[in-house]
Amino acid sequence: MPETTSEETVAESVLPAGAERRLTIAEALREAIAEELRRDENVFLIGEDIGVEGGFGGAFGVYLGLVEEFGHERIIDTPISEKVIAGAATGAALMGMRPIADMQYADFLFECMDELVNQAAKMRYMSGGKLRVPLVMRAPVGATHRGAQHGQCPESYFTHVPGLKVVCVSDAYSAKGILKSAVRDDNPVLIFEHKLLYGSKGRQQAGGLDLTAPVPQEEYLLPLDKAIVKRAGAHVTVVATHLSLYLSLAAAEELASEGIECEVIDPVSLFPLDTETLWASVRKTGRLMIVHEDTLSGGWGAEVAARAADECLYSLEAPIKRVATYDTPLPFAPIMEAAVTPSVGRIVSVARSICA
Amino acid sequence: MGELERLETERLLALYRQMLLIRMFEDRVYYLFLQGEIAGTLHQYQGQEAVAVGVCDHLSHTDWVTSTHRPHGHALAKGVSTRAAMAELYAKATGCCGGKGGSMHLGDPAVGMLPAIAIVGGGNSVIAGMGLAFKLRKSQQAAVCFFGEGATNEGAFHESLNFASVKRLPILYVCENNLYGASTPYTMTSALADVAERASAYGVTAQIVDGMDVLAVHAVAGAALERIRTGDGPILLECKTYRFTGHSRSDARGYRTREEEAEWKSRDPIERLGEALVAAGRLDAEALERVAVAVEAELDDAVEFARNSPDPTPEQALEDVYA
Repeated sequence: MPETTSEETVAESVLPAGAERRLTIAEALREAIAEELRRDENVFLIGEDIGVEGGFGGAFGVYLGLVEEFGHERIIDTPISEKVIAGAATGAALMGMRPIADMQYADFLFECMDELVNQAAKMRYMSGGKLRVPLVMRAPVGATHRGAQHGQCPESYFTHVPGLKVVCVSDAYSAKGILKSAVRDDNPVLIFEHKLLYGSKGRQQAGGLDLTAPVPQEEYLLPLDKAIVKRAGAHVTVVATHLSLYLSLAAAEELASEGIECEVIDPVSLFPLDTETLWASVRKTGRLMIVHEDTLSGGWGAEVAARAADECLYSLEAPIKRVATYDTPLPFAPIMEAAVTPSVGRIVSVARSICA
Repeated sequence: MGELERLETERLLALYRQMLLIRMFEDRVYYLFLQGEIAGTLHQYQGQEAVAVGVCDHLSHTDWVTSTHRPHGHALAKGVSTRAAMAELYAKATGCCGGKGGSMHLGDPAVGMLPAIAIVGGGNSVIAGMGLAFKLRKSQQAAVCFFGEGATNEGAFHESLNFASVKRLPILYVCENNLYGASTPYTMTSALADVAERASAYGVTAQIVDGMDVLAVHAVAGAALERIRTGDGPILLECKTYRFTGHSRSDARGYRTREEEAEWKSRDPIERLGEALVAAGRLDAEALERVAVAVEAELDDAVEFARNSPDPTPEQALEDVYA
């Protein structure tokens, strides 16, 4: 493992024998990427500020140390040209390579909508099934006091696109297994990650929960399309990703003390949805909430709600509720940002209202 | 020594035949479209044949091209079969894209052509990755990006050219400057007289060539591709050309004069090569006529094949969908 900031580094050598190794999401992603680079020479990285000596190792340090092992032929720094990042990833994937493309902030994906939506998503179909586009695009989301253009959660723009798989990774164990599966998938996969979950800086916002997770050193793959039940409960199903998942877990803790048991589910894949896992839970609890940091209207929660109403309405004992960022651009002022994004308080209060 | 002297008669004849095939294919397709046999719309290639043919003659099936909303000529020149191209226009299951592409997305990976990209500038971004893949694999393959002068005002043109230059990618950018982006003249969209001038901003070698002269295109493209394959980086060719038809099938061409059209048509690339071949004593008029007869028969066969091919089933619309 390459050195990173002291906060993010978990040196195995200091672990007592037999102790489980805990990694942050950034470390787990880095390990997954390194393993895939070693395994398959067709895998390469492409993005801005990812392999410059003395640079950042990507905007959030995920790639630190990789260029030293793999060199500039595998870690390809680009100009600030998002269309080229996505276009080059698409073209190389069409030629049989397996690029892992990096978008510094998910907000920048709007710079390359054509490449993702018109090209990557449609080439297999337009060719009558003759082509494959095995590309991975990683993009960090999440409000972190950076205002309107560096904090959006734009997953839902892409869940509307037939031809793009949309995945969120919310813990280190999933991050490693899912990224590795995404690299081996023959179709374009967008992986969204939350900035506050990379290391442990987001711990406070995440309700004080530990953001590291045990991550096996050996290789493992996880399915891209399988939701994870993070906490079992009988009264209300809460579907949430990223930071909202941790807020929901914190809310569940609080609600449990009142006798309300939440079943908290990380959907992992937003498109396609693992409705089997989701509806099994809804049929058990009879109540459904969706929590996401994306804005409310047209967010992916709307699709989950519509599908639930369609497919398990008669199991529902209360209206489906969504807790999301209000329909507003993100403000800079932390006090305003906190007011518009989901909070433990809002989740608790909405859950109470439907469990009364 | 010019191409006319340098090339064997067989190869010259192949250039002639390929251009004529494209011309007659397009004329036939237009007729069939008016008869109501072909759905959708058409963006046709008559007049520009020398560009696709002059470039693609140097490419093997392991070299790849991207094309545009006007792709019929590129597809035929790159080797998509006349039957598979016609069947695709007929929206048949036997088409090169199984009926999922249509006129604007003709292409076939088997011959090194992506489904044509009908977003202006779309191919310019994707080609960067194709060139990158070839470079990473040190495979000597070339990536060729066909686009119109209209695409040079898209961001993708600039991002791609800059990236290819700084990474020394094996890409031939072929700009077919046919003077009009739909109805808008190039002079209304750029203060520069030539697209080629833009290349110097990115440290890219550019060359202007008479796109109505297949031998000129052939010579320049051949030298450019040879250089590109050595790892010397991308080259931009600006081919000055003209589409004899409107932008699409519903275009009455009110934005350009009949005199201008006549002037360009007097430089018809097919007639020009035919005359040159006869004048050089390589072929006689009868030999050229025999080519036309053979092409006519090939098109009859393609139309017959397309008409008799099965439709795709409605259910097939849901195949090749994974998310």
